[in-house]
Amino acid sequence: MQHIISILVENKFGVLSRVSGLFSGRGFNIENISVGTTLDPSVSQMTIITQGDDRIIEQIIKQLNKLIDVIKVVDLSEKDYIVRETALIKIHTSRSEDRSEALRITEIFRARVVDSTPTTYTIEITGDENKIEAIINLLRPLGIKEIVRTGKIAIAREEMKAAAIQEGKRIRA
Amino acid sequence: MMKITGAEILIESLKKEGVDIIFGIPGGVVLQIFDALYNEKEIRFILTRHEQGAAHAADGYARATGRPGVALVTSGPGATNTVTGIANAHMDSIPLVVITGQVATRMIGNDAFQEADIVGITRPCTKYNFLVKDVNDLAMTIKESFYIARTGRPGPVLIDIPKDVSEARTDFAYPEKVSLRSYNPTYYGNKWQIKQAAQAIARAKRPVIYAGGGVILSNASGELKELAEFNHIPVTLTLMGLGGFPGTHPLFLGMLGMHGTYAANMAIHHSDLVIAIGSRFDDRVTGKVTEFAPKAVFIHIDIDPTNIRKNIHVDIPIVGDVRNVLIELNKELKASQEERDQCIRERGPWHEQVKEWEEEHPLAYKKGGKGIKPQYVIEKIYELTGGNAIVATDVGQHQMWVAQYFKFDKPRTILSSGGLGTMGFGFPAAIGAQVACPDKLVFNVAGDGSFQMNVQELATAVINHLPVKVAVINNGYLGMVRQWQELFFNRRYSGSILDGTPDYVKLAEAYGAVGMRAKSPSEVEGVIKEAISVKRPVVMDFVVDPEENVFPMVPAGGANSEMVFGEVSKEEKGKAAGKKERKGSVLPA
Repeated sequence: MQHIISILVENKFGVLSRVSGLFSGRGFNIENISVGTTLDPSVSQMTIITQGDDRIIEQIIKQLNKLIDVIKVVDLSEKDYIVRETALIKIHTSRSEDRSEALRITEIFRARVVDSTPTTYTIEITGDENKIEAIINLLRPLGIKEIVRTGKIAIAREEMKAAAIQEGKRIRA
Repeated sequence: MMKITGAEILIESLKKEGVDIIFGIPGGVVLQIFDALYNEKEIRFILTRHEQGAAHAADGYARATGRPGVALVTSGPGATNTVTGIANAHMDSIPLVVITGQVATRMIGNDAFQEADIVGITRPCTKYNFLVKDVNDLAMTIKESFYIARTGRPGPVLIDIPKDVSEARTDFAYPEKVSLRSYNPTYYGNKWQIKQAAQAIARAKRPVIYAGGGVILSNASGELKELAEFNHIPVTLTLMGLGGFPGTHPLFLGMLGMHGTYAANMAIHHSDLVIAIGSRFDDRVTGKVTEFAPKAVFIHIDIDPTNIRKNIHVDIPIVGDVRNVLIELNKELKASQEERDQCIRERGPWHEQVKEWEEEHPLAYKKGGKGIKPQYVIEKIYELTGGNAIVATDVGQHQMWVAQYFKFDKPRTILSSGGLGTMGFGFPAAIGAQVACPDKLVFNVAGDGSFQMNVQELATAVINHLPVKVAVINNGYLGMVRQWQELFFNRRYSGSILDGTPDYVKLAEAYGAVGMRAKSPSEVEGVIKEAISVKRPVVMDFVVDPEENVFPMVPAGGANSEMVFGEVSKEEKGKAAGKKERKGSVLPA
């Protein structure tokens, strides 16, 4: 089963290598990794997506916790969470009908054109994996020149008090 | 405040940490540090003849004393030569602080002379490592290094110090405290889990304690003995655990696993409760995992949560320092005395059964034949030292014979490379132990293959007046490899024949040590006696039966209940069974 693991680490050189080395050294697989800063400049946030049965995931989480530079590890898959990825997709649009088709698709997916030349559009799309795969599939017939993806980031949904949930106050995007 | 150099800060900080011995070899980028060591009175520097020797010696020092061992080497090859020693300490959870020189910070990454990315190289085989880029961070880095090395599950820490950092000057104040927000080992076990464990122990009809190196590391042998004696539970130990429970105790079953005793493996196999204490279910211990104690409930006490459920399903995990947990567990068990007495009475048949296994296949070997039996040498060393010695081993057949035939009664008396299985470990480790314990008798039982891997340290032993006694079990082979080739590869001795072996007596004499040789069983005793009486380093060359094998044995991947035995006559078996000293009855009165 796929697991999304969120890790807070000390923002020091070599930490990414310690984390990735742990995975490679023990034969665990990283499907996706992304790293960024947090509100506290001394702390970085890593999101790792990995596969494994319960025993392997338990080992991964324990091994991560054992690293001296790791502050906190959360398996988001045990919770309600939001996962997002951004892709930049450069497509060929030499023919005018391709340009209008591309704009239609962009609008349907609530994506944006962030760069334009007479022969290309660069489209920015943010969403979960399904949404990104869907727009890529629709744009493919137009001719995709290049795709760059950020990798996934994830965050746990804030827990609401039971009463608030009953009143249906949760708004889901 | 007077500004001092990074090199001086290093030495002053080491003194604050109570370091009295450093093992190492100088080189270009650590000249400043070695200059600060010149005329230093509180720290003794031991020059080894190879950096691997320095790392192993520091390791031996740590194993014998429980205090972190310290090695100091130069950059590049000096640093890379310590890697085996560091990996060895890492596998066995031994606290080391290894200080490596590095090229100047502005040169790092330029492929400078004697540059190696030692922090990158040792990242997977240290508990933690540091590259110090600013002299102002140096004192705190040293404080943190020692703290990390000796707390939690101990391990090696490496500090890489560039040349310009050891030359730079700054104010020095050694930090009083260290706090790492992301490093907080769990020292005390969960109370509820300890209660569960106590109940399981009280209920068990066929319990066994399986204890490992964690008992030694947390100094818990007293608490382990209390647990075993109070509840009348037989104890088996791993190689790393030997000495953690007295080898002559009536409840002791011997080592378990691949070359463990029949009784230990059968007891585990048929047990209904395995109490694993500071042990990690290594593959050499479990054999085929699915066949390891198939009917048992498992309690597992370990300070490192990653050890729990790594190889085997555990019913009652307790994360914490072994000693702390055992203190609480013993308290809990003592609360219900009546219940305990009832349980122990019901365990009578279990103890009878264990005794039967012990008598069925005791540790024994075929006497006579040509030459000296290696097991006989170990038995004689045990007998003539009265067990009162520190024994460092290398890796291979001789190591297993030491584990089987030398009855270690006290912790920190066997120094052996358990996890990594490093040939060449024993001799430098014995040197480290002898430096740490000048008044103790220190033996290195080595194979002829292993001894040659760090034989250069004879110079270190001689020049520093370290009277280590090396017993070379000389069979002219890489013996364990040969044994496997005999048993599983149709006696095709590929690459395992040690031709060109030197004359060990002459070799010892060339270094200024004492050399002796025994070629027949009648000479063994005299050689050992003389070696003990000589107050100098001694190399004893025991020319043994070249094709003797280590038995019993569980073939790799096999179940522990399916042991293979050597040819032993009934008479010898009987003698061996009778030999097991029983200082008291196993059963309560």
